[in-house]
Amino acid sequence: MLHFTKDGFDKALSQGKLMMVDFWASWCGPCRMLGPVIEQLDNRYPDVVVGKVNVDDEKELAMRYGVMSIPTVIFFKDGKEIDRKVGVMPPEAFVQVLEANK
Amino acid sequence: MTYDILILGRGPAGLSAAVAARGRGKSVLVMGGPWQGSPLAKAERIDNYLGLPGVTGQELLEQFDRHARQAGAEFAQGRVVSLMSWDGSVMATVGSQVYQGRGLILAPGVVRQNKYPGEETLLGRGVSYCATCDGMLYRGKAAAVVGRSADAPEEANYLRSIGCTVTYIGDKRPEKLDGEIPFVREKQLKIKGESAVTAVETDGQTIPCAGVFILRSAVAPTDLMPGLRVEKGVVQVDRNMATNLAGVFAAGDCTGGPLQIAKAVGEGLTAALTACQYIDGKAKQ
Repeated sequence: MLHFTKDGFDKALSQGKLMMVDFWASWCGPCRMLGPVIEQLDNRYPDVVVGKVNVDDEKELAMRYGVMSIPTVIFFKDGKEIDRKVGVMPPEAFVQVLEANK
Repeated sequence: MTYDILILGRGPAGLSAAVAARGRGKSVLVMGGPWQGSPLAKAERIDNYLGLPGVTGQELLEQFDRHARQAGAEFAQGRVVSLMSWDGSVMATVGSQVYQGRGLILAPGVVRQNKYPGEETLLGRGVSYCATCDGMLYRGKAAAVVGRSADAPEEANYLRSIGCTVTYIGDKRPEKLDGEIPFVREKQLKIKGESAVTAVETDGQTIPCAGVFILRSAVAPTDLMPGLRVEKGVVQVDRNMATNLAGVFAAGDCTGGPLQIAKAVGEGLTAALTACQYIDGKAKQ
């Protein structure tokens, strides 16, 4: 599980691979609930770049992608956003996006 | 800690389920707002609850609550924000606390309100149902609170305390609302904005804001638990009160009419017994 800083994030983005990024914060209960799900998906999809962005530490990234509710999970491919899920979702919702784009 | 049964809702269905589950020796956590927020608390006279003609809603709720407490149910007061069923257990977030359970009974009551114009499209883009979850993202910005629940004033005060510029919108100014927060009447409310919230219109006024917190006393079931089978706002259950999701049961007004206390109490009991069977069955595996 990668914890992205802005620089790390931009670098990963530039590599163009399928990315799943979990925007979270320590004070967000639902984010903590989603954490293990994201980790499990990280293990299940080794070719997908899975990472987390702490919105308190990386305000610029949160603003850049208009994250206004957390958790927000954004999917990227070829450096661009292809989908996002706002709020806690069952794992199937994320799997659907990963399977369709891997 | 993991409870045997998490119960969402502290009304007759939830409390009946709690008592029944405790009767089977299960650990129970009842999650939900204060009972004063229940529509039942406003009922001045109930004549069709068996054995207790003329009772008030408040009296009944107090008795139900006391029974569940005496039976040993635990309580987590606050807004249930999200639910998730995963890997054989269920999880619920109340405020910023996460709870885990082996079974879940949904008894949130009914949402007697349609969504506001703009609410659905802007959900997650400025529209939020939880101040404790998303409030920090609006620090230093303007936020409107649409108060339709007993705890809404406290959530508005919380937002102000973390640095949001708050405007409270409701039917009448609540006592608990911080004196510094302006109050505006709710009338023909609309949420404005294209890709994100820009303002709220109400009672002929336009209030520019970056976020709108809509605080109802019950969250619509599909907003709470994506994947749950709901038809026209009614949670679909079989006669054992099981939903389409494993380990998730429902009872009371949320499963449809008649919207009556006796039905809720009966369904709460049934849901609890089915949940207990489910848990016991899994334990044997």
